[in-house]
Amino acid sequence: MNFISRYRRSKFFGPALLAAALFILGTTYSVASATTFKAVTPASDKTTLVAEGKELFARGCSSCHGLNAEGGSIAPSLLGVGAASVDFQVGTGRMPMADMSVQASRKTPVYDEAQTAALAAYVASLAPGPASIKSADLAWERSGDTAQGGELFRTNCAMCHNFAGQGGALSQGKYAPSVMGAEPGQIYEAMITGPQSMPVFSDKIITPAEKLSIIKWIKSAEAEPSLGGASLGRTGPVTEGLLSWTLGIGGLIGVAVWLASKAR
Amino acid sequence: MSAKERAAGSVANYVDERTGAAKWMKKNLTKVFPDHWSFMLGEVALYSFIILLLSGTFLTFWFDPSMKEVEYEGNYGPLSGLKMSAAYASTLHISFDIRGGLLMRQIHHWAALLFMVAIVTHLLRVFFTGAFRKPREFNWLLGIGLLTLGIVEGFLGYSLPDDLLSGTGIRIAEAIIQAIPVVGSYLAYFVFGGPFPGEVFIPRIYTVHILLLPGIFLALITVHLMLVWYQKHTQYPGPGRTEKNVVGYPLMPIYMAKAGGFFFIVFGFTAFLGAVASINPIWLFGPYTPAQITAGSQPDWYMGWLDGLVRMAPPLETHAFGHTISWNILIPGLIIPGILFTGMALYPFIESWMTGDKREHHLLDRPRNVPTRTAIGVMSLTFMIVTLLNGGNDIIATHFGLTINQIMWFSRIGVLVLPPIAYIVTKRICLSLQRADRELVLHGKETGRLVMLPHGEFIEVHEELSPEKKWTLTQHEQLPQLEIAQENQSGVRNPKGLRAKLQQRASRAHQEQIEKPSAKDLLELGDGHH
Repeated sequence: MNFISRYRRSKFFGPALLAAALFILGTTYSVASATTFKAVTPASDKTTLVAEGKELFARGCSSCHGLNAEGGSIAPSLLGVGAASVDFQVGTGRMPMADMSVQASRKTPVYDEAQTAALAAYVASLAPGPASIKSADLAWERSGDTAQGGELFRTNCAMCHNFAGQGGALSQGKYAPSVMGAEPGQIYEAMITGPQSMPVFSDKIITPAEKLSIIKWIKSAEAEPSLGGASLGRTGPVTEGLLSWTLGIGGLIGVAVWLASKAR
Repeated sequence: MSAKERAAGSVANYVDERTGAAKWMKKNLTKVFPDHWSFMLGEVALYSFIILLLSGTFLTFWFDPSMKEVEYEGNYGPLSGLKMSAAYASTLHISFDIRGGLLMRQIHHWAALLFMVAIVTHLLRVFFTGAFRKPREFNWLLGIGLLTLGIVEGFLGYSLPDDLLSGTGIRIAEAIIQAIPVVGSYLAYFVFGGPFPGEVFIPRIYTVHILLLPGIFLALITVHLMLVWYQKHTQYPGPGRTEKNVVGYPLMPIYMAKAGGFFFIVFGFTAFLGAVASINPIWLFGPYTPAQITAGSQPDWYMGWLDGLVRMAPPLETHAFGHTISWNILIPGLIIPGILFTGMALYPFIESWMTGDKREHHLLDRPRNVPTRTAIGVMSLTFMIVTLLNGGNDIIATHFGLTINQIMWFSRIGVLVLPPIAYIVTKRICLSLQRADRELVLHGKETGRLVMLPHGEFIEVHEELSPEKKWTLTQHEQLPQLEIAQENQSGVRNPKGLRAKLQQRASRAHQEQIEKPSAKDLLELGDGHH
């Protein structure tokens, strides 16, 4: 232990010890927490899935949507909305709502994947509706056409979601959210179910192939670096005007004051 | 004399013998200008204009002002194969294929925004200091002309790339033209050469944007500057500064160096903005087709107030004699801007009518010393800010968690209620500042030093102002109210009775002020100690 006694009075000893301790603690924790992996219950049996969903529904959703999803004074009926709608609303965290404001906003999901699937199966079992879409099942990367998707997006979506998918305001505090960061499956589900203020874009209006193109364009816009410097939020001229009135003229007035100051 | 000096001398002599410039140069190069940062705002506008000319010329080399339909085959993947106008395709070409093209486009656009910002700040400086008074009314009018043309020129430039925002803007401009009663639809057909959007609009506005308006700009700026030169620059009041002199530095060499340096700083600053901050990313907007629209469609800021007015207008329409009159466009789009700009242009004449002051002024006012003018200025500014905010109502709504309806109602009420409040508050603040000045001159600065006198009394030591400072605070003239006879000697009412009464009231409002300390007040106080 000569090594320690030789260096323990060094001024680097304390910080080094702290770093070592943190490293050991961190490693131990990450190893330990990695082992708390929860196995998803294999949902092979459809009836048990529906039963499980019914149970979850009764506990978490029925107070607003009714015991049999028939709807109530504050929430719509869920008969016929399909698994896609449930998967979208619950999977993006919109349902259950955090508060009774004008619109449910995206947040960390309350239910995990298996529970969401159970809820979806239960609601789908009540009346037929569109099935949920898995991102992995969509071949948007291979079969979509970015340019055509952009054209479709500008024709059908940009009026609410903005030219770059950044979202926009609707009346009475409702809004079209940003589509950046949304999963392909969720985008697809949103188009076929029309959540909240959004209209339904059926396969007759926008064909499945075109939907994939839209997803491909959204993903390309998401990945596109800001080509002209800082993007200023991709919201159009408002932020540009703000910058010219603050940094722009502010900086130039600063220079003018400096130039006109008397040498002391 | 060294060889170098001899060589320079002979060159100068050669030029002088052929142009006779020496005498003129000698007189004008030593011309004196006063020095103040606020006098450099107009310079920023001028330099931005030069930057616009240079960067704009660069852009014309590759821009194709045509609405001919082409298929995009350039470098920007997300648009490849789309049908678009040649104008839009060539703007993409400038952005992605021309070396330095995107930088130049962004410099051009930032310079345009800064040009308008500088014009407006320059206008505010001129207004609040009273620099528009006789003999400078014509220059004020020229300035209003330049501001108006700047708005039009900027809007045309914004429209040229034929992207989705451009087209939306032009569509709104078309709607405003159509809103003119009776002749509107004919005018719109005339401007667009047929139904919207037609094929001729881009080439037409291109000619106006790069030839006609810059030419008019050059001419007006020249006259604007010549008048400044001829009438001499105004100066802030201070010891040794009078209505008959100009205290400052000579053009050569001080201002040559300062102004030259400032030009490069403005250029550098604009280039910096163009390099680091994206502006008008047309490749994201996509090509214009009348079937598309995007959330957050906004004009550039100098049109934002107009957009804000249109956005807050309630839906009013009348049908008469087979014509529809869209009051919801006509009032905010044409009538209110018309009133605003006419009022602004006529303000120097209105003020001289209110005060009855027809003399020349070369010394500037401190804004507090003319409370009514300052209040009118802040009132108008408040109006503009409310309308400008409403122009961005959707962006404000999404970013601050508000609703468009709240913002619209705030603006509808605020645009009527806030300006009068701003007027009253500003006027009171000005009068309070006058009172503070009076206090300062008579009793000096509070030093915060408390002294106990031998008999136990505590006093705070007031430090007397320097004579220069006292002069600056008291040099302004306080005009008496006009006394306009409402009746003549035999008791017959003045035939211009109503106008006289109005002028009397305006004068009374305008001349409301706190009496400044007179020489007598100062003498009575002795040396300022008490």
